[in-house]
Amino acid sequence: MKKEYYKTILSNGLMVFLKEVHTSPLISSWMWYRVGSKDEPSGKTGISHWVEHMQFKGTPRFPAKVLDKAISRNGGYWNAFTFLDWTTYFETMPADKVDLALQLEADRMTNSLFDPKEVASERTVILSEREGNENEPLFLLGEAVQHAAFRVHPYHHEVIGEKADLLAITRDDLYQHYRTYYTPNNAVLAIAGDFNTKSMLARVRELFEPIPRGPKPPRLVRPEPPPRGEIRLTVEGPGETTYVQVAYPFPAGAHPDFFPMTVLDSLLAGPTNLNMFGGGISNRTSRLYRTLVEKEYAVSVSAGGAATIDPFLYTITITVHPKRKPEETLAALDAEIERLQNERVEPAEIERAIKQARALFAYGSESITNQAFWMGYAEMFANYTWFLTFLEKLSEVTAEEVERVARQYFRPQWRVVGTYRPTNHRSSASM
Amino acid sequence: MSPKRSSASSRPSTLPGPEDIHRTTLPNGIIVLSRANFNSPSVAVSGYFASGSLFEPDEKLGLAGFTCSALMRGTQQRDMQQIYDALESVGASFGYESGTYSSSFGGRALAEDLSLLLNTLAETIRFPSFPEEQVERLRAQLLTSLAIRAQDTSDMADLVFNQMLFEGHPYSRPDDGWPETIQAITRQDLIDFHRRTIGPRGMVIAIVGAVEPQQAVEAVQRVLGDWENPDQREQLPIPDQPLPVQTKERHHLIPDKSQSDLVIGTLGPRRTNPDFLAASLGNSILGQFGLMGRIGDVVRERAGLAYYAYSNLSAGLGPGAWSVAAGVNPSNVRRAVDLIVSELKRLVQKGVTRQELADVQENFIGRLPLSLESNSGVAGALLNIERFNLGLDYYLRYEHLIRAVSRQEVHAVARKYIDPDRLVIAIAGP
Repeated sequence: MKKEYYKTILSNGLMVFLKEVHTSPLISSWMWYRVGSKDEPSGKTGISHWVEHMQFKGTPRFPAKVLDKAISRNGGYWNAFTFLDWTTYFETMPADKVDLALQLEADRMTNSLFDPKEVASERTVILSEREGNENEPLFLLGEAVQHAAFRVHPYHHEVIGEKADLLAITRDDLYQHYRTYYTPNNAVLAIAGDFNTKSMLARVRELFEPIPRGPKPPRLVRPEPPPRGEIRLTVEGPGETTYVQVAYPFPAGAHPDFFPMTVLDSLLAGPTNLNMFGGGISNRTSRLYRTLVEKEYAVSVSAGGAATIDPFLYTITITVHPKRKPEETLAALDAEIERLQNERVEPAEIERAIKQARALFAYGSESITNQAFWMGYAEMFANYTWFLTFLEKLSEVTAEEVERVARQYFRPQWRVVGTYRPTNHRSSASM
Repeated sequence: MSPKRSSASSRPSTLPGPEDIHRTTLPNGIIVLSRANFNSPSVAVSGYFASGSLFEPDEKLGLAGFTCSALMRGTQQRDMQQIYDALESVGASFGYESGTYSSSFGGRALAEDLSLLLNTLAETIRFPSFPEEQVERLRAQLLTSLAIRAQDTSDMADLVFNQMLFEGHPYSRPDDGWPETIQAITRQDLIDFHRRTIGPRGMVIAIVGAVEPQQAVEAVQRVLGDWENPDQREQLPIPDQPLPVQTKERHHLIPDKSQSDLVIGTLGPRRTNPDFLAASLGNSILGQFGLMGRIGDVVRERAGLAYYAYSNLSAGLGPGAWSVAAGVNPSNVRRAVDLIVSELKRLVQKGVTRQELADVQENFIGRLPLSLESNSGVAGALLNIERFNLGLDYYLRYEHLIRAVSRQEVHAVARKYIDPDRLVIAIAGP
């Protein structure tokens, strides 16, 4: 994580990161917009994600079919993601073909068509995407837990949006959302790979600087009031497997407590992999695995937080062992949380969390796509320095701090406990 | 102006080839493939060995998977917590996955911890102890995943598809087994399966990362060089399978779900068949290229019926499957099936256009460096070369091989494999 990159802000406000990496003849380009599901008032939930889909539906210059064929023909890999705080588009191309990706991103920052016919067919595609999600018990449970955890703050709803809104949002709603948030001054362009910084910068200026700055985009300011007691909820659905999800508050990405919470996460549930590409590592020696799975309260457990602008959630997801009641499993979890709050962790455990993080970063650095990802991603909730100093900050975490954050964030009265109760237990799982 | 790097053409190829792939056969038969990459501080170890579900009796389906999962649950030297503690303490990972003909392992670590990965491999594959308590815990976990599978519309559509397409063939059996077959497996079965099917013969290991190939070979030799298993059985041949004689359709009921999954298809070529590359390019045109090819265009973009709709060509050492999958609202299943079948007809009747073929050829060639970017990507490529006997220069010849495929060949393989009147259609959902 050496500081071998170039950063500038163009006259129209577009923030640009360039990082030369000459290990492979590839270039990865990421365009990040500061808009996500937290910018959606009720009645318009899911609109940011839908706009993301419409960005693949063409401009006058790059009509829909032309666009995706052009990228694929050139051996490119591209996709887009919408999250709570941001929406991002990336293309990883053979180095000599990246200009196409840059032209495309400059074009669709302002010229997307939002053809009403395309809006209509995409409406049913997104409803289908939501129906696919609803097939999964953990989506249903996670959605209910998230709703309960945020009564006021727009982190209340899932990125995909509510069905009622997906049926009601109009073409003009979508277009207005696009024009409001897709401006150079609300975006970050991050490029890594096999190029020369000087000529790449000149090309970026040529393509993006003519796009006029837009008005400062509006933000919903609806802070979540402090919780007034534990919330317990139940979701029922098909299946014979019981799941328990417990969500505690988690600090914002830029908050200093993010680092002791990261250490805590690592020893409680195994390290969360923050890379967008490349898998993580197993969690068999984590405290929760040893307590819940090895003692047969659960068949699996995972947990993690996210780096967000506002405080979001630390979520523990447990697949309950068939011979246990969810209450028994929860009691075993509680005992482990209490241990974390009352017994100081060993320095060796912190050392271990740091080595795990170092390995995950090393794996992530193998991918140029992932290196470009980090420059923009870190900027969405903090800044790139946050990423560059991550391991340093982690190594400054003390056992006292871990104990403090365990007490501060893992308060019983601050949490939501959700249980998925299967409606058809003991039906034969065979055919 | 394009921001092209001026020196790009003067650099040597980044594709693996005979110049930089190191291949050694140890005296006990283990093949070691290695390629250095000092651009990253990590190392990937992947490989396969000649054990799989083909060896399972019908009443013990899932035995290969059960055995593989149990390898990491304790050895004659260490218990499971000790094994994982060594790995996880340094951010390393390692694990096994069973297959039909062969099973695989894979892991990665910081390069300084390569010996840890190899020691873990050697100890768990040679000296597993199958502790009783762990076997029962694992059984409960496997049974839970089967209960989850029974509710997963996509998994069940795949399972039913394979049952119908491969009727009478070992591939018709689900690798995960059934609850009753998992219940029937004893600890002694695991011990016997390990002893009779897992050994050095047929084992291949690829090591890629910040390590010199010669050191990698020596490291393998140290921990696995003296391994012999006189009881290891010969691998079983994989039989052929006749094409379906008529269209067969089955709806597997999973009530109360919001979406149904469907799989429609037929047999495809083996990976070693000369038809493979033409079929692969044809498959990309059918349901991969761009936003999921012709299938994506018709089912998703034009009809708005599905979030995902794509085709897949799965080709290994045995007969392959060529299929289209989609997830749709239960009320749209018939419409989606009709649209997909008519696209299969169009491919068989009219073949592909010159432009479509040129597009996918460029895509296959252009995306190659990206697939070989990570250490595990290169390790996978080396194993691919070995498993299918492609030649160490395969990735250097790849561009030529792809460009040599003609429209006529793509059309011919589509006609040879896909008969729109003899399809297997599997649906899972309400």
